[in-house]
Amino acid sequence: MQSISTAISGSASVNRRRSVHLRRERTFTIILFLLPAAALYSLLVIFPVLQAAYYGFYKWNGLGPATNFVGMDNYLRILRDEIFQQALWHNIVLIVLSLVTQLPLALACAILVGRHLRGRSFFRMIYFLPFVLSEVVAGLIWSFIYHPRAGLLNWLLKLVFPAWEPPSWLGTPNLLVLFCIFVVITWKYFGYHMILYVAGLQNIPAEVEEAAQIDGASSWQVIRYIIIPLLGRTIRLTVYLSVLGSLQLFDLVWIMTQGGPANSSNTMATYMYQFGFLRSQLGYGSSIALIMFIICFSFSLIYQRKVMHQDFAV
Amino acid sequence: MALRKISFSLIIRYLVALLIALLVLVPLAMTVFGGLKSTGDLLSNPIGWPDRFHWENFDGILQSASFWLQMRNSLFVMLASALGVVLLASMPAFIFARTAFRGREIIFNFFTIGLLFPLAVAILPLYISLRQLLLIDSHWGIILPQIAFGLPGTILILRGFFAGLPQEIEDAAYIDGCTTVGFFWHVALPLVRPALAAVFVLAMVGSWNAFFLPLLVLNKENLWTLPLGILRFQGQWGTDWARILAFVSLTLIPTIGFYFFAERHIVTGLTAGAVKG
Repeated sequence: MQSISTAISGSASVNRRRSVHLRRERTFTIILFLLPAAALYSLLVIFPVLQAAYYGFYKWNGLGPATNFVGMDNYLRILRDEIFQQALWHNIVLIVLSLVTQLPLALACAILVGRHLRGRSFFRMIYFLPFVLSEVVAGLIWSFIYHPRAGLLNWLLKLVFPAWEPPSWLGTPNLLVLFCIFVVITWKYFGYHMILYVAGLQNIPAEVEEAAQIDGASSWQVIRYIIIPLLGRTIRLTVYLSVLGSLQLFDLVWIMTQGGPANSSNTMATYMYQFGFLRSQLGYGSSIALIMFIICFSFSLIYQRKVMHQDFAV
Repeated sequence: MALRKISFSLIIRYLVALLIALLVLVPLAMTVFGGLKSTGDLLSNPIGWPDRFHWENFDGILQSASFWLQMRNSLFVMLASALGVVLLASMPAFIFARTAFRGREIIFNFFTIGLLFPLAVAILPLYISLRQLLLIDSHWGIILPQIAFGLPGTILILRGFFAGLPQEIEDAAYIDGCTTVGFFWHVALPLVRPALAAVFVLAMVGSWNAFFLPLLVLNKENLWTLPLGILRFQGQWGTDWARILAFVSLTLIPTIGFYFFAERHIVTGLTAGAVKG
């Protein structure tokens, strides 16, 4: 009897020691696992932006320490600069174009090749393919399609309207350039949004749709009153991704037009690269980065609070 | 009657689906065929069959040392970035999903704030920091930022998968005397292999296509990755579009091959990110 009780108390103290040991081991593991990622992330993601907030108050060409404090001058210069205002306007145009054409197109494709069509995975695979191509590849291919003499587009137009003299697609300094770039964005990214919609569609129970059909709903009514409301969460997400993507657009513009002709296709990012980086005005560039950052950040916060909050109930 | 109506609308659907597929594929086919033409032929006949196959366009590029050097640079940067991000993100993701401690949510939110710092927005500030760290004109100046900016999204995706592992498995592992590290390495990681493949492939695609960061960081030509190389090639050959399209084709073809092999993983990664995010 006594030997049993000592055995029990002995094993309890072993357990206690073991659990203290375990807890210590666990704390050590947590620190060990978090540290490398946290260090790299703080150093290269968080710290640069904080530092840019500092340099944004200086006129600084990047050489030596920043000593020429200019207060809010950089910011005032940017906000007064017509080229920046245009660039911001172009970003807004791209956002609107994406929301009213690219996303509906992607949704239509998702419904088209969504569930019932035989060969749907083949079509999906084709539609999604441009997403993996680099912007350089997509930009060069489309630069050639828009080529005034040998481009595919003018070749096709000549077949249909032999008498018409098409404009220089990437060489006319107005919104046409931006629109041509937007076509490439759509070509490259509609499949991405379609993939997200397809995933959302798969969460809609087939019975709901069948019930509506039995009640005599047309396929348009099924789409309008059942599929679109039930896809709400995915649609809200793609709107978010699309806006953020349009706000930071750089690669395609730089490759196809370098923001030109005459600044007619600049975005905020190409403006930053041109006027901040290439002209070695790193203080000025830091302020541009910070303005872009504040725009993205406030959009994200407001959108997540006001629009997506119901999607984060988890 | 009903049958005829259904099949008619089905035909329309196929025609539309096919038309969209052509809009995607024709530019790509035009590129590859264009690369096989002489420039004169290309300019007079952009879409038709080549007068004869000018393999010498491809051959010239495949013979050049700079093409292979750029390919090697791209491969190295891609593999290092993808490996790094999977390794560094899986550890915090595991901690956030499977352990409870004070401050966990705060640290997690600290990481997810990074989702609001798109690389293109933070790139000039990043450039300044990379210069201070002497990482300009070094492949690590691309690899490390790509890992750092990949962390938030990857942690978010992987945390979801780690959280989905059944509690019984964890209990069993600890009863068998597993340490936390042991459970992570021998049990949890192998169980989320599909998710690891997905984020790995996504990181590969992102790095392979990266343009803005290499443009700022790499000035020395011998360090260039393929996207920079293609653009320089276009600058050099200006109007010789057949040669340019041949170069584009040579980077296009491996990408498409890889896509057919890895599409499943890319879709898994993107939809997991979307659903969980």
